[in-house]
Parts: sequence; structure tokens; C-alpha cells
Amino acid sequence: MKIGVLALQGDFDAHRKRLEELGAEVLLVKQPAQLDEIDGLVIPGGESGTFLKLLGNAGFEKLKHFARTKPTFGTCAGAILLASEVENPKQSGLGALDIGIRRNAYGRQVDSSIRQGKLGESPIEMVFIRAPKIERIGPGVEVIATEGPDAVAVRQGKAMAATFHPELSEDTRVHRAFLDLVSNGHKK
Amino acid sequence: MSQNNGSSTSLRLKTGLAEMLKGGVIMDVTNAEQAVIAEKAGAVSVMALERVPAQIRAEGGVARMASPKKIREIMAAVSIPVMAKCRIGHFAEAQILQELGVDYIDESEVLTPADEAHHVDKHAFKVPFVCGARNLGEALRRIAEGAAMIRTKGEAGTGDVVHAVKHMRQIVQEMKILTVLGEEELYAKAKEHQAPYELVRMVAKAGKLPVPNFSAGGIATPADAALVMQLGAESVFVGSGIFMQDSTTFADPEEAEKRAKAIVLAATHFNDPKVLLEVSENLTGAMKGLAVAGMDEAHMLQTRGW
Repeated sequence: MKIGVLALQGDFDAHRKRLEELGAEVLLVKQPAQLDEIDGLVIPGGESGTFLKLLGNAGFEKLKHFARTKPTFGTCAGAILLASEVENPKQSGLGALDIGIRRNAYGRQVDSSIRQGKLGESPIEMVFIRAPKIERIGPGVEVIATEGPDAVAVRQGKAMAATFHPELSEDTRVHRAFLDLVSNGHKK
Repeated sequence: MSQNNGSSTSLRLKTGLAEMLKGGVIMDVTNAEQAVIAEKAGAVSVMALERVPAQIRAEGGVARMASPKKIREIMAAVSIPVMAKCRIGHFAEAQILQELGVDYIDESEVLTPADEAHHVDKHAFKVPFVCGARNLGEALRRIAEGAAMIRTKGEAGTGDVVHAVKHMRQIVQEMKILTVLGEEELYAKAKEHQAPYELVRMVAKAGKLPVPNFSAGGIATPADAALVMQLGAESVFVGSGIFMQDSTTFADPEEAEKRAKAIVLAATHFNDPKVLLEVSENLTGAMKGLAVAGMDEAHMLQTRGW
């Protein structure tokens, strides 16, 4: 099982480390053609606008096709990229998840925080850094984690997203859930 | 946001933002228009300044924190994180910048130092700080004071990459040496580097700094960015190299945008000469610059900081 981590910019190395700890073979993806070599993709945190510029049109189209057909997991900026609608400011999304998301919804860096949320029913630490908020959840989207009243991790088909950074916590459950998603697809 | 208690939580959030900036380019800007150009080109962050280092160098005078009004204009113009500089040791400027809501403070040798012995106690702030360093000891002293990101000092405002290279090589080599030493040798190294033993030991174990390590000071072309990234920088700061034609006149905005885009691509594809050629080929020129080898030490900014 080979997992790609989109390595245009951002905390891709933190994801690489976590996935390798969990036994996955990791490929850092910088060119669209590398998407053909992997079974699943992680889109890391970083600046979502920068990702879009670095992808270019051809890269964006190729990634859109990938995210809509293969297991893809985005955190923070990655979640923004996977959404169907993006606000503050408006920008293109891959549309792999039928959600509306607002960038920098908690404020600036001084408003970043580490909080306790719930993964299903069990408590989990969540690191929010200039984080977005999911404002609209379409039918067919399942909420997998919450923080207070907010949905902070969701799944639809093979696409998964978290507005926090599980790659910056010790807890490995969220990444394991993604690897399970990839290996299920593998068996079928 | 009431759960940010404890300094380890705070440090995780501070270095966390630096993690998000990795593989990117942080660009110096002096107004909202430049900030918009930088964001459009793919900058991960902008540094809001009154004057870029090349102008400060050419015009002289006391260089201080930028006016809050100007910083606020820049913050309103872009959605990426905005950094601003305070003078070394000037904790009151830092308090003002934190109150303003900037996302990172650069306690910078580019501005005129406000204290000849002390840097800002950065643990006392909620906003993260980046500080310059020429060697491992300096980097670790800044980290001990609470810096959440280190950048090489290089020689700002010159467009000459030679000291950014020198400082990156110095820090990387000093870290490598620590990894092969015995426990008892680390105490002597801590003394030699004038740095806290605990941090020296941490570097010896990990082979890297406990916070992200970026590069700055003279990076002017896509090739320069690729060079420092291959030497171990995790991101690059580009100051005067994008928006300046020479030390007193701004580059044409279209030219600046092309340079900015090219450097952003170079930071991502720093290991791919094919992409580096492509982005370099599209450029018609770079900042004229000032060779560091011909400079008097008294005119160097990098010797500021203790």
C-alpha cells in the first residue's frame, strides 16, 4: 500500500512521519504524474491558495479526478482544497466533499488553540492553527469528529477531511482510520 | 480561546504555524499592492515593512517597527499570514504588534537594535517569534528565549546569497558534529556554543533544531532559493530581491510578479533542475545587488544580536 503526501508546500513531512510510523510506504508527490503511482493521498496543512497556484490548471484537474475516485484525506488547508465551496475569500475546491468551508474562521494566529474534541464518542486532542470551519454539510457527508457544536472531521465516500491537525498530535487514530479506508478499497 | 495554557501548548501552536509555512516563500512587502502581488504569486506569508532592507541600507537612519496603520492595511489586503519586524530587544514594539494581531514577529537585525545586551523574552508572548542566527549557539540562545522559528541571517538587502549559505552550512555542520559526540562532550559543547545544555543535548539526539529552520538574507533568484533549500533550509524569506530593481528603485510590478512566481516554484521544486531551468528562463533580470565580500564589517547587519 503506497500513500502519497502532496508535498508542494506545508506540513507534509509531519504526515510522512506519521504514515511511516503506521507502516505505510510514503511517496512525496510534487508532480501530477506521481498520482498514478499511489493508492491514497494525504493533502497536508499549509496555505490552500499557494497549493492552488502550485498545482496549476492541469495539476488541479488531475488531482480533482484522483480525489473523486481514490481515497484522499486533507487536513486544514487540505480540507479546504477538498471542499465544494470555499469562503473568505472564495476560491476553487476539488469538490470531493459536499461541504462549504470558511478559511481562517477562528481568527488569526493568536486565536489558534489546542482543544479537546470527540472522535466518534471518544475524546481526542485537536490542534487548530488558523483553522477553517465547516459551515455547510451536504447530504451523504458523515461527521466523524466534533469540537463543541462544530463538525471538525467529515467523510464522504473515499474522501476524508479534518479542520485540525492530527499529524501534530501523538494520537494516531485519525491516520489509522484513513489507512483503513485505503486498505478497504484495496481489497474490493 | 481559553485553552492555550502552559508554555508547551503555546510552543506547539507557535511552531505549528511554522510547520505550515514549510516549503514556501515569505516575501517582504511595503504596501497592500505588493502584498496582493505576493499572495497572487503563491507566497505563504508576507513580512510587512516600512522599507525593505535594501532601502534601509541605502537611506540609513534609525529603522523601527513599521507603522501599525501600514501593517493593518496589509493584513486587510491578504488572507495569508502576515509577519512584522520589531527591533532586537524592543518588547514594547512586540507588544504593539501582538495587540495588532500579526501572525509572526521577526525580532530582526535588519532594524536598529533597541537593546545592546538583551533580546525580547519571547515566552511572555502568545504570538510566535522568528529570530536570525549565524551559528548554532546563536540559534539555541534564541530558542531558549522562546523563538519558534530560526532563520539564517545572511546579509539582508544585498541580493548576495553568500552569507545565507555560510550561515546555513555553519548551523548544519555544527549540528552534525553534535550527533557523533559522547554525553560528556556535550557539556563542553554547550559551553563553547554559549547555549543551554538541554537544547544542545536535544539537537545531538535529533540532528536538527527543535524548531523549523528557514533561510534569509540575500536570496534574490530562483537558483538562490534552490541552493539554500538543498543545503537544509525548510523555507525561504525573500526580502529586497522581488520588489527592488536596485537599492532605491522598485522593480516594475509585472517583473516583480514574475520573479515572485518563479521563486515560489523554485522553493517547491528545489531538487528538480528541469523545473528550475524552466522558471529561471522566464526571467529577464534580478536585483542589481551589493557584493558582501566588498563590504565593511561596520556596514553589516548580521553582527547585530547577541
